[in-house]
Amino acid sequence: MARARRNFSITALPGFASIAVLTFVLLYVPIATLVVFSFNEAASMSRWQGFSLQWYQAAFENRQVRDVSIRALGLAVTASAIATFAATLAALATTRTAKFPGQTMIYALVNQPLMVPEVVTGTALLIFFAGIKVSTGYTGMGYLVAAHSAFCIPFAYLPIRARLQTMDLTLERAAADLYANHFQTFRYVTLPLLLPGVLAGFMLGFVISLDTVVITEFVKSAGQDTLATYMLGQIRRTVTPEMNAIATLFLLLSAVVVVLFFIVSRKRP
Amino acid sequence: MAVTQHIDTTGAQAGADMAALTAERESHGWKWLLSLPALTILVFAASGPLLIVLIYSVLTPAEYGGVVWELSGRAWFQVFFRRDIFDPDEVTLNWSHLSVLWRSVSLAFQTTVICAILGFPTAWFISTRPPGQREIWLLLITIPFWTNLVIRTFAIQEVIRNQGVINSLLMNLNIIHSPIQMMYTDFAILVGMAYVFLPLMVLPVFAAMDKLDTRLLEAGYDLYASRWEVLRRIVFPLVRPGFIAGSILVFIPSIGSYVTPRLLGGGRNMMLSNLIELQFGQGRNWPLGAALALTLLVIVLVALVFYLRTIGGDEDKQHG
Repeated sequence: MARARRNFSITALPGFASIAVLTFVLLYVPIATLVVFSFNEAASMSRWQGFSLQWYQAAFENRQVRDVSIRALGLAVTASAIATFAATLAALATTRTAKFPGQTMIYALVNQPLMVPEVVTGTALLIFFAGIKVSTGYTGMGYLVAAHSAFCIPFAYLPIRARLQTMDLTLERAAADLYANHFQTFRYVTLPLLLPGVLAGFMLGFVISLDTVVITEFVKSAGQDTLATYMLGQIRRTVTPEMNAIATLFLLLSAVVVVLFFIVSRKRP
Repeated sequence: MAVTQHIDTTGAQAGADMAALTAERESHGWKWLLSLPALTILVFAASGPLLIVLIYSVLTPAEYGGVVWELSGRAWFQVFFRRDIFDPDEVTLNWSHLSVLWRSVSLAFQTTVICAILGFPTAWFISTRPPGQREIWLLLITIPFWTNLVIRTFAIQEVIRNQGVINSLLMNLNIIHSPIQMMYTDFAILVGMAYVFLPLMVLPVFAAMDKLDTRLLEAGYDLYASRWEVLRRIVFPLVRPGFIAGSILVFIPSIGSYVTPRLLGGGRNMMLSNLIELQFGQGRNWPLGAALALTLLVIVLVALVFYLRTIGGDEDKQHG
């Protein structure tokens, strides 16, 4: 009995480790396949014929791919910057302050895009923006910027608010004691402390904007495809490993942003 | 840096000034002012337009898309019923819509169950790793989640299509002689959704397990509980809130799923989102599209209310 007990782990549950390992395998096999075949010499996506970078070259030389990638990245940076700015101000107003009338409504509005399915928001924006397009004649990127900014606000808000909640209120009080005015306190005390949260919020918003397919599909005018909607349209047609190459590059971008996010938002000892 | 450190030493004194400062900021106007940019964007490009959907759902469709400003209940009628073309008095259930509705609910439910079966042990596995390793496993769960949905669905498609990884492998091993048709079926949608939404289950369940006091397990084993009893009577009740949160987080995007059924389900195996899109494209029936979108919203709200009540109930039990 004593010998059996020595190896007894209280956290082990039968079969759990195997299922977990299986989950990780299932999660990464499709992604690994996608990456591996982006380097395939042949156009086949099931038979390996040798290493080649020709599909990456094809992707870089494809004008349409370049256009949609630049548009997607530009949109993501713009929308996320707007969302982060607005979310930072909103977080400053609703965190660490006395409760005030209407605060619940602000919460509800900020979190609303998280709860309403993307297709419902997409439908609403399609109808609303169609009306504006008809009455003003403007069909530029402004609609996509507005839609993406709104959708990114709750995602940018979360890490900023989390950061604010863990910040020490006494530091700002002390700055005020030392005759710093409101602006100086904010500029030299609050903002530097808040910066990791703001950066995390921006990165989260950036990734969310890149990932937003349905709203983009519903809102975009002709010639405003982003990478996500372009791929959605192309995958249904014929697919060559060029698509794998594009996907791999964006996969890499996401992975880099996530790792950065983890580093920035990690709690320091 | 030096400034911050200096301020830190005076921190103790600052507490006394808090009351004064709170009083100074008693007026709430500045909070509204700061929230204004966010609220403007949200009302303009998220919440406000939802009201317009409500209005459009009770208008009359125009011939080439758009609406005629004339009140009509037809769109809502069409969501569930249809009139016979030849005999307008004969009303039957609209099975083409109801089957899409049923497929959406049923596939979303099945996706949640699959994610739970795979996600629960995975979260347990992560939470029982040594602290240094835990972050790496979490990162591995998070990376696919942050990757574009279209890319991940494309990856799954490469695995299950007729010339894909599974079929090529089985055919090379001579286990099968013709490919198994997996694409363009409900099964494909289910696999795709479970793949895409799995991290949404793992993360909240992990968060709940992370707070679990392992001494409780020890106490259970000391009292001669079996592994199964410990799991059922200690672990499960304690991580239940995280489990319910995960289920909601998986169910909501699943039922509103658009990309996965469009790519893996083909044209025939539509879900609600695809049916909605159809009304704004070929269907040219905007009011019906609006009514279907609101139907989806109602299902999601019912799920959310159920969630809030369950969580509320749990908290009552803990306090009472």
